[in-house]
Amino acid sequence: MSQATLQGAAETAPAGPFGKRAGLILGALVIVALVALFAGARYGLLLAIGLGFGIALEGMRFGFAGPWRAMILRREPSGVLAQLLAIALVAVVAIPLLSSHAGELVGAQAPIGFAMVGGAFVFGACMQIVLGCGSGTLVNAGSGNPVSLLALPFFALGSFAGAWGLIWWTDLGALPILTLSGGAGLGVTLVLLALAAAIFLWRAAPGAVKLSRRHAIAAVVLALLAIGNLLVAGQPWGVVYGLGLWAAKGYSALGGDLSASAFWAAPGSMERVQSSVLTDYTSLTDIGIILGAFGVAAWRRGALAAKLPTYPARAWVATIVAGFLLGYSSRLAFGCNVGAFFSGISTGSLHGWVWFIAAFGGAFLGIRLRPMLGLEARS
Amino acid sequence: MTRSFTASLALAFVAALLVFDLTRTPPNPYQAPAILAFGSGSAASGGFCGALPD
Repeated sequence: MSQATLQGAAETAPAGPFGKRAGLILGALVIVALVALFAGARYGLLLAIGLGFGIALEGMRFGFAGPWRAMILRREPSGVLAQLLAIALVAVVAIPLLSSHAGELVGAQAPIGFAMVGGAFVFGACMQIVLGCGSGTLVNAGSGNPVSLLALPFFALGSFAGAWGLIWWTDLGALPILTLSGGAGLGVTLVLLALAAAIFLWRAAPGAVKLSRRHAIAAVVLALLAIGNLLVAGQPWGVVYGLGLWAAKGYSALGGDLSASAFWAAPGSMERVQSSVLTDYTSLTDIGIILGAFGVAAWRRGALAAKLPTYPARAWVATIVAGFLLGYSSRLAFGCNVGAFFSGISTGSLHGWVWFIAAFGGAFLGIRLRPMLGLEARS
Repeated sequence: MTRSFTASLALAFVAALLVFDLTRTPPNPYQAPAILAFGSGSAASGGFCGALPD
């Protein structure tokens, strides 16, 4: 081929990977700048942190449901240990800061109760059915996973409905909020995390990778972003509240009366329903996660060209039900894998530990249900 | 059908959410808080899944 022909081809060819990737970076910067300009700098920064979460989780193929499944089915501890490492790194910074800047910064601290334990168990089961937790559903939807995309709106509806009846459920019986605070609290948290890690290492399959380099890097990145979230928003990383808020806004727009719910009628809740989602912290990081995961999928060559899988009808019905239950149960449990497990433990809330145990128990059930519901081939 | 279709639907979902919300409750940058909550002297007031209603 002559040089003139090559030059002509280059001039007429559509933007290649370089052009596409430059466009993705530019697009992300423009979106963050617009939010900072029209909503406020804090909100732009939180959207950027959310983008970071999405890029880290999708880019390093890190999450919560998959590592739990790997531990339970194949006794591979790497992903779970990375989660514990990330939580420990955040705890080292967050627990002292919560003591020294009380009020300005708040933890993900919630009461342990009957509904909380049951909610965590159901959430653990459902996150294995759809193979997507709170953050995972957002990441997977953004990267084009059809199961998570279908689950997402029902997750939001479930979160809204769960919050609607949250007071009633909590009144069934709950302890006061129990926290591990200060230097002693941090020490106990780190000992408990080490104990949990020791149990997973003890149960690991012989020869299994203990902590892969990819998982270790992902844990550090996730921890840095979570600390950033706390410093910018004054509260830890969360997912579920934002989804429920979106549904509440929709319900209100359709003429629904939120005053019938003790949760949504509360002054704080009502104020957020009547404010822009661009000023709601969890909404911003949720949106950032979806966009960040999309960006990574678009960045990777051929990732979005993959054919969609086919599932039987019962799998789609199961996805809708599990999606709704993910949202509903996570409100009763005072958070999902992010708000309760990751942020709860890392800010010294004992409910995070109870959530972890109950949800891990539920994960065993969910792994058994997944093939029965048609979401994977039966072995 | 490929994942580009479903990923595009996810983007459309986010765009629709933002357009719907911006038309009903536009943000006011003049009421924006300090860029960092840490060191701002203001009490944290965001909604969170672990919190009971205030």
